[in-house]
Amino acid sequence: MKEFDPGEAPSSIVSITDRVKQLPLGAAVGSVHFLGDRAFFVGTEESVAIATLEGEITRTETHFGAILCAASDGKRLVTGGDDGKLIAIDAKGETATIATDAKRRWIDNVALHGDGTVAWSAGKTAFVRNPKGEVKTFEVPSTVGGLAFAPKGLRLAIAHYNGVTLWFPNMAANPEFLEWAGSHLAVSFSPDNKFLVTAMHEAAMHGWRLADNRHMRMSGYPGRVRSMSWSVGGKGLATSGADTVIVWPFTSKDGPMGKEPAMLAPMPARVAVVACHPKNDIMAVGYADGTVLMVRLEDGAEILVRRNTGAPVSALGWNAKGTLLAFGTEDGDAGILEM
Amino acid sequence: MAEASQKIPVTVLTGYLGAGKTTLLNRILSENHGKKYAVIVNEFGEIGIDNDLIIGADEEVFEMNNGCVCCTVRGDLVRIMDGLMKRKGKFDAIIVETTGLADPAPVAQTFFVDEDVQKNARLDAVVTVADAKWLSDRLKDAPEAKNQIAFADVIVLNKTDLVSKPELAEVEARIRGINPYAKLHRTERCQVGLTDVLERGAFDLDRILEIEPDFLEAGDDHDHDHDHHHHDHDHHHHHHDHGHGHGGLKHYHDEDMQSLSLRSEKPLDPTKFMPWLQNLVATEGQKILRSKGILAFTGDDDRYVFQGVHMMLEGDHQRKWKDGEKRESRVVFIGRELPEQAIRDGFEQCITT
Repeated sequence: MKEFDPGEAPSSIVSITDRVKQLPLGAAVGSVHFLGDRAFFVGTEESVAIATLEGEITRTETHFGAILCAASDGKRLVTGGDDGKLIAIDAKGETATIATDAKRRWIDNVALHGDGTVAWSAGKTAFVRNPKGEVKTFEVPSTVGGLAFAPKGLRLAIAHYNGVTLWFPNMAANPEFLEWAGSHLAVSFSPDNKFLVTAMHEAAMHGWRLADNRHMRMSGYPGRVRSMSWSVGGKGLATSGADTVIVWPFTSKDGPMGKEPAMLAPMPARVAVVACHPKNDIMAVGYADGTVLMVRLEDGAEILVRRNTGAPVSALGWNAKGTLLAFGTEDGDAGILEM
Repeated sequence: MAEASQKIPVTVLTGYLGAGKTTLLNRILSENHGKKYAVIVNEFGEIGIDNDLIIGADEEVFEMNNGCVCCTVRGDLVRIMDGLMKRKGKFDAIIVETTGLADPAPVAQTFFVDEDVQKNARLDAVVTVADAKWLSDRLKDAPEAKNQIAFADVIVLNKTDLVSKPELAEVEARIRGINPYAKLHRTERCQVGLTDVLERGAFDLDRILEIEPDFLEAGDDHDHDHDHHHHDHDHHHHHHDHGHGHGGLKHYHDEDMQSLSLRSEKPLDPTKFMPWLQNLVATEGQKILRSKGILAFTGDDDRYVFQGVHMMLEGDHQRKWKDGEKRESRVVFIGRELPEQAIRDGFEQCITT
């Protein structure tokens, strides 16, 4: 029998922390998006920091106040602020004002469509602006919690209290209403356009199968789900809110109904952000204790990208090719990893 | 509460239509007090001050998905708090103004029930501005006005210059009949020291210990029809809506809103008290508008404090009991049709013998 000898603290996990390009931004990060090979770190206030893999950082002022929402289609980044402005930033870092709210209301949500259409919301009103600059509006019964374009056609999901309204801005047809009691915040279509899911104000997700509006309850979280990400091909939906990543299976026609979610990458801290890789079955996971992991969806194998230092991870993003991963934290630390 | 002190204090400003909320808000925003307030208002136009931290709200009341009708929150406030937290460090405190007809419960509950809101902010005080001239009438015909008085930690009794001394005494007695524990300030044009209404911390909670609502006690020398009496409790009786003289002070017992105060000089058993309190608010929470307590637990050198709104409770160890400080527990409830005897009996069971 071998003697008990702990020896060197065994590293049970493969670490690639030394391969991360450190980017001390010094300002809290709200989200991160790649335009080309540069990472655009959207601050929680005032500016966007644009960083290269070499560590060069330039800053672009975008809002006089808080930046409340951001979305990117890979070609441009659009942000909404509490100054009532909707700002577009292109890959060169040039900014343009898309809209200014007449009453200087907060721009709470933004979504981008592949054809260049932009949607945003202020209070109960959702706006859609097509590439020609024509703006249409739609009012829902309560404040808009989230916006998402369907992957096919021009169809906008507007989440609000007690359900989601599906609006076709180019059609006279009545919008469709998917009802479920409670306050619905973030909303997302599955990539195959078959399911719609929302993160609710309570610690739960809700979903509908769009063919027959059948309900899917996804509950059991200890905390509110603030981040969700579809895995490649829409096979699973990875979510934050627990101390493991909860991945709901969406491979069958019933979605996650009657199935247990996978619970991956358990840690002694709450999962704060998840971002699935665009091409492979892996995901990046950021925790409330500052840890960043890369996790294989198939078996939960983990690689350490960032140690548990400081404030919660608040942003994760992959470039379109999946060769670069960027992260940012609430206390203004950030990094880029080349795969 | 080291942690609590890092949370941003939130003052909820209520008051019936025309009582003077906007006057008070404008004062808070214009006076040179060296503090920066984020202010959440209903009507943008009424505030005459340009400030990028004035946020318009929609006053959307959402039911929680737990089947309990009194578990409501302000959905718009959850969203606004999320946004404000992105500007942490740019302001010292938050003031939430409610409309004149609003029930304060959903606003207050927002700061109890939402995990993220609770992490960053704490309810400091509910401040109710009341119109000295019209409040007595509103208490008769407007349930909202009564709720706002019942909820208050601080009451600014405004427009006292418009009423006579007897009228003022009358309206104060009516307020005390509903809520004997709130700190009351008499003002003209809301001229009250801002430190008396803002960032009160635990001061207002401590009032429940200090106050001896003896003049409210439906006491021994009154010919009331109460038949239960515990010596170490104060109680205010209901079923009455008449004033009665007592050393020159008038007393009212509001017919549908009462307060109840429990006290023990012996320590409480936390393993009995906490389940009892939780069960009480779970079963009677609809009737209980506010609950507050300062507790001395057996074998615990820390003072435990709690406050609640309907079914929601928030409590924490506050600080060490000071040397020489009387380790006394005091719990108060304000509500409608409170099951007084059951509450008293339940509390007695929690006292360590």
